[in-house]
Amino acid sequence: MIAGAVSASLLSVPVLAKVGPPEKDELKFGFIKLTDMAPLAVAYENFFFEDEGLYVTLEAQANWKVLLDRVIDGELDGAHMLAGQPIGATIGIGTQANVVTAFSMDLNGNAITVANHVWEAMKPQVAKTADGKPRHPVKADLLKPVIASYQAAGKPFKMGMVFPVSTHNYELRYWLAAGGIHPGYYDPIHGDNSGQQQADVLLSVTPPPQMPATLEAATIQGYSVGEPWNQQAVFKGIGVPVITDYDIWRNNPEKVFGVSQAWADAYPNTHIRVVKALIRAAHWLDENNANREAAVRMLARSQYVGADAKVIANSMTGTFEYEKGDKRPAPDFNVFFRYNATYPYYSDAVWTLTQMRRWGQIPEAKPDDWYQSIAKQVYRPEIYRQAAEALIAEGKMKAADFPDFDKEDGFRPPQNGFIDQITFDGHQPNAYLNQFAIGLKGNDKL
Amino acid sequence: MASIITLPALPKPARVIQHSRALALPLLGIAVFLLLWHLAASQVQTSLGTLPGPVQTWQQFTNLVAEHQHERDREAAFYARQDKRNAAKLGQNLQAEVRVREYTGKPTFFDQIGTSLLTVMAGFLLATAIAIPAGIVLGLNQGLYAALNPVIQLLKPVSPLAWLPIVTMVVSALYVSDDPRVAKSFLNSLFTVAMCSLWPTLINTAVGVTGVDQDLLNVSRVLKLSRWQHVRTIVLPSSVPMVFTGLRLSLGVAWMVLIAAEMLAQNPGLGKFVWDEFQNGSAASLGRIMVAVVTIGFIGLLLDRSMLSLQRHFSWNQQLSQH
Repeated sequence: MIAGAVSASLLSVPVLAKVGPPEKDELKFGFIKLTDMAPLAVAYENFFFEDEGLYVTLEAQANWKVLLDRVIDGELDGAHMLAGQPIGATIGIGTQANVVTAFSMDLNGNAITVANHVWEAMKPQVAKTADGKPRHPVKADLLKPVIASYQAAGKPFKMGMVFPVSTHNYELRYWLAAGGIHPGYYDPIHGDNSGQQQADVLLSVTPPPQMPATLEAATIQGYSVGEPWNQQAVFKGIGVPVITDYDIWRNNPEKVFGVSQAWADAYPNTHIRVVKALIRAAHWLDENNANREAAVRMLARSQYVGADAKVIANSMTGTFEYEKGDKRPAPDFNVFFRYNATYPYYSDAVWTLTQMRRWGQIPEAKPDDWYQSIAKQVYRPEIYRQAAEALIAEGKMKAADFPDFDKEDGFRPPQNGFIDQITFDGHQPNAYLNQFAIGLKGNDKL
Repeated sequence: MASIITLPALPKPARVIQHSRALALPLLGIAVFLLLWHLAASQVQTSLGTLPGPVQTWQQFTNLVAEHQHERDREAAFYARQDKRNAAKLGQNLQAEVRVREYTGKPTFFDQIGTSLLTVMAGFLLATAIAIPAGIVLGLNQGLYAALNPVIQLLKPVSPLAWLPIVTMVVSALYVSDDPRVAKSFLNSLFTVAMCSLWPTLINTAVGVTGVDQDLLNVSRVLKLSRWQHVRTIVLPSSVPMVFTGLRLSLGVAWMVLIAAEMLAQNPGLGKFVWDEFQNGSAASLGRIMVAVVTIGFIGLLLDRSMLSLQRHFSWNQQLSQH
């Protein structure tokens, strides 16, 4: 057997991009019931995992905390994760553990929904387009008088997000702060991890699939969550999405595929093969619109997202329904492969870190190079590159599908697709933070 | 009943009435229950549509059966693909290591039932293995019983929801293995079930042992039976009815606890099925949860009945076998 393994590895030398056999071929991956887990479902259903010699079991998890803990303690080999989870774990927000990612799962895909009565109060102020429909994107300025009326009545205004280090949390905070509403600070030094210091709006954690039920129970007045849970509110007639994350930050990074550092070290070939399968899946999802229909049917099955196909189809096939009947085109609502969506850019990690600093999860000032070194510790484009090159060598993908790896430094060019017109340059996180009216910057401390 | 002497001719009218009553009344009860369920469900409007009645629940049951069949087909296809891949691998290199991996698809409703049954029996057996010996020791030693009784009373009412996090942490800390033969989730469910369900057996055994007839104790003393002979011939036979009453209660608790633990910890089984469907929130979800509820109740009933027939089989003392 050893002789066999040696001769196999000798044979593999001439072909440069050839990846060795997987060290571990029976794997269990976790996910949360959200449409952006699609690359995992597609890689399974289209046998892309099996093509890599991997026998994968996909298992829905109860919430983001359970999912992260199970990846850290090895019950799961890897999981669909919030972009902030590997970063948050690495710098010790909540749990301390080394978690890495070599694959970004998608761009965009979230929205902010408010309860019907909140929308009724906002709607008269919303500008109208020529055909009498509300003009989108709706800014948080319009939510301000509603919050003021709550405060005048002595009631707190509460909103849900899915996890303290979730993109949903940062997007909701970004939108609120851009409208002059304070979403509150975290103060870990004094043991306060509620994120509600000085807050105008109290944000709290609710698992994604429970958002509509929690809104219906009036425990919260609005929420920020991924699909299909905004469209579900529309179908159930309990809430109205006011803005998608595409309008808060055009093509923002959203989920990643995370594994523990120990796992990545122990199973390097397996890791590359998993990323290969996921790249093919993401490419398939964006290849043409016909595949999106097939993906909807896949996701509607009870072991994946399980919601009704028509609810999932709303956002997955390039449209988004705001109020009932107000369905608008949103071709980039869910991006799985276009715009190099799957490449793990350091600058995406840096942006997440800036928001952790902005809201006090990172309580003290850090130099710019600290941001970069953490990003490089967590994001692993070199693994992605090996997977991509192997796919190109096998003829399954084309070099043109990927960034030019020889020239790529891992930083997207400065981006300006934000709702508040502020430009983000991943090389200068502190300069970026200094531009916000609301939020910690420089040497600020609570 | 037994006192009536019947002749092998035509059954007496009284007996016919009695028999048909024995059959008709339960049927009537079930029919009224289904009718009330149907009427009540159609009045409740949830955000996922009306609450499913018996008809919709039955439809979902047939859907679950169909899904089970479909999944088995996929399983066969999975193994066929794997065989092909393995054959190709061997074709390239005769020394290549090939193994048959287990099917990686989703567990169906019926798979989940099997998992739950297996887990509850394992947890129940563990609880029994602890509770009966401990109960005998406590029953024989009044001093020890008095000393430990407060602790037992303190631990007895603790909910599985409180044990589960502790059990999970302890199992994770102690059970470290790169290639675990037994899944952690199985152990978590098993220990939680055992922790919660051992108390009725323990207490009933202890009480049964304490309540052995004084005459029998005197006999044992006169015959100068050894400790072991005393337990085997005097204590055990006379406390068997109480032990079985305890076991029946324990099994009921075990089944209830297991479903709660599976829901909370996402461990495989019927509890996870319910939770997944709740999270799915599709038009069919409520009906599927109803199927699970009926199934959980039905299995609970079967477990109780089978325990009862075991009790009848083992009981010398027939006086409390009628419930």
